[in-house]
Amino acid sequence: MKTNDKGGAPRSMLRRKLMIGSAALALGLAAAGVGHAQTPPTGEVNTTGLAVTDDVVKVGILHSITGTMAISETGSVQAEKLAIKQINDMGGVLGRKIEFIQEDGASDWPTFAEKAKKLLVEDKVAAVFGCWTSASRKAVLPVFEQYNGMLYYPTFYEGLEQSPNVIYTGQEATQQIIAGLDWVAKEKGAKTFYLLGSDYIWPRTSNKIARKHIEDHLGLKVVGEEYYPLGHTQFNSVINKIKLKKPDVIYAIVVGGSNVAFYKQLKAAGIDMTKEKPLVMTISVTEDEIRGIGGENIEGAYATMKYFQSLDNDNNKKFVAAFKNMWGEDMVIGDVTQAAYEGPWLWKAAVEKAGSFDIDKIKEASPGIELTTAPEGYVRIHENHHLWSKTRVGHAKSDGQYEVVYETKELMEPDPFPEGYQ
Amino acid sequence: MFADYSWSELGSIFAMQGFAGLVLFSVFVLMALGLAIIFGQMGVINMAHGEFMILGAYVTYMCSNFFQSAAPALMPISFFVAMVLAFFASGALGMLVEMGLIRFLYKRPLDTLLATWGLSLILQQAYRTIFGAREVGVTLPEWMMGSLPLTDIIEIPINGLIVMAITLAITVAVAVVMFRSRFGAKVRAVVQNRQMAGAVGIDTEKVDRLTFGLGCGIAGVAGSAFTMIGSTGPSSGQLYIVDTFLVVVFGGATSLIGTVASAFTISQAQSTLEFFLSGSMAKVLTLLTVVGILMLRPQGLFVLKVRR
Repeated sequence: MKTNDKGGAPRSMLRRKLMIGSAALALGLAAAGVGHAQTPPTGEVNTTGLAVTDDVVKVGILHSITGTMAISETGSVQAEKLAIKQINDMGGVLGRKIEFIQEDGASDWPTFAEKAKKLLVEDKVAAVFGCWTSASRKAVLPVFEQYNGMLYYPTFYEGLEQSPNVIYTGQEATQQIIAGLDWVAKEKGAKTFYLLGSDYIWPRTSNKIARKHIEDHLGLKVVGEEYYPLGHTQFNSVINKIKLKKPDVIYAIVVGGSNVAFYKQLKAAGIDMTKEKPLVMTISVTEDEIRGIGGENIEGAYATMKYFQSLDNDNNKKFVAAFKNMWGEDMVIGDVTQAAYEGPWLWKAAVEKAGSFDIDKIKEASPGIELTTAPEGYVRIHENHHLWSKTRVGHAKSDGQYEVVYETKELMEPDPFPEGYQ
Repeated sequence: MFADYSWSELGSIFAMQGFAGLVLFSVFVLMALGLAIIFGQMGVINMAHGEFMILGAYVTYMCSNFFQSAAPALMPISFFVAMVLAFFASGALGMLVEMGLIRFLYKRPLDTLLATWGLSLILQQAYRTIFGAREVGVTLPEWMMGSLPLTDIIEIPINGLIVMAITLAITVAVAVVMFRSRFGAKVRAVVQNRQMAGAVGIDTEKVDRLTFGLGCGIAGVAGSAFTMIGSTGPSSGQLYIVDTFLVVVFGGATSLIGTVASAFTISQAQSTLEFFLSGSMAKVLTLLTVVGILMLRPQGLFVLKVRR
């Protein structure tokens, strides 16, 4: 079974068992077995003229390598390349090696749309792993729907979207937010909340959900809600306001360069987050962002997401080791990076379940696909193309890592159009 | 909104708010001074000003890394070493840019806008290639972090005090250089009348180069100081450029006093509005006010009277 002990990387982790539907079980085994005889002929698995030959299948990677978003998207590119390499090392997909074509969205939304069209129309790629901001996803969405492509989108986001052509591997807002608020109300006895965010769709939608949940479901109080323009670097006034209102929890969804300024100034203003008075809770700071903020500036804050690098399970240990082996010891892995890593694996499982690279068959096969080998643990694709996943609460330490202090018992159901939260 | 609070609480908050306004004022002055020299004195619209600032921030980053590994004992003063290095690094790059690019464009001031914007893109990508796309965390000496608690509520951020001190020092230094030194006299002579200045034997090209270098060097110091309060990444410079131009244009481009006055006006307006309204609305109102005043007084708050 294992024919892949070449190269230096620890590859034992690559025995990924994919639990797939019984109809596709035979094909799945054939793919894992690398035998050429078992490779199904191209004519059967590719009826729509995708870039699939007898031994190669082409996919696209579409992220920003240049421009402001390169800060965030680099990790996703690295994770996707790692997943593709690992899949190739264990024999590829339906006996075909994955080759990727990488395009640069350059942090510019029209460029994303243009490159998406190029990947789908000229390169005829079988799937695209990419995008990061909602703006870039919204820009490419019509392209994917018009030319019938498949996009695996890694970022946690505001929800309010569902396309047959997209698999959302990050959490939508309710999954990320509700469990964290429940936890802080129950475990920390929080009664009052101050909501804060950068001024664009994700923080605003997320805070809307948070406010509804705090007021309608928990029966607690929101004492302030504020938005600052993207790139804002001076938070002293709002910090004074927070000191005056004395909330139990500062719920912060600040992003980008503002993030760094916010936490540095919070600390400088004498708010010691380790004392939890007030407690700081965020959904926008992954381990990646902490590198810029500095662990000593955010120590004591809580974050709610589905993945932390410190997760203690075998899948994750192997993933972290492989990631560092490929990209360097000093790498850190955040929530989105892990979600990006799941993209190629979910696509592989869908292709094997469908027994075909055809986009329509993958769309149909995707709901119900399970991944037991994901670093975050077990995930499953919902009918609405989002993932069932657990939500965790992490406690920031001074070394830039989170300690996981809570994890939901059940998988959280993805609900991109939450009723009563809009 | 204040009904629920005691007088002492309100007093404390207004004191802190006043301090926050002063810190913002210092930040504005620090980032605008370099540009005021370049734009005001030379008429060059330097869109790459933010990138010169970030060069200073990266120098600080490298310097703090160096001290951490090579001489941990000297860490407490590393920041000031870094600041001096940042001045020279940004200044040197500024002079190079002046030699290679800007000096061909003095007669076409609007083209400097495009050229320096291109330069800013080049520099951003260079930082991205050299330092990586991710933001870097600058380790600062312990004593610069945290706050001084005066009362239960009033806590004075140390980094705010440091920014204010640096701003004061730089402003005084610039004032002395511009108004009390031979070099300053030459700069002012060139600004007022380039031909006459050349005719009396001033090497106008050299003055241009040094002036541009001085402006960029101050940007470097500002970037170095801002590692205390903001982010250091390839495109962090973009966070500052709009506010910087706002301050310089509002103050009256040719006047350094105008720059200081306009920084004070804008920072106090913004920080007060931010306290009473939300962040985005405060920004909108500040910008509207500035636009309104500039419509009535297009030359800015202060004007240097020059015969042209």
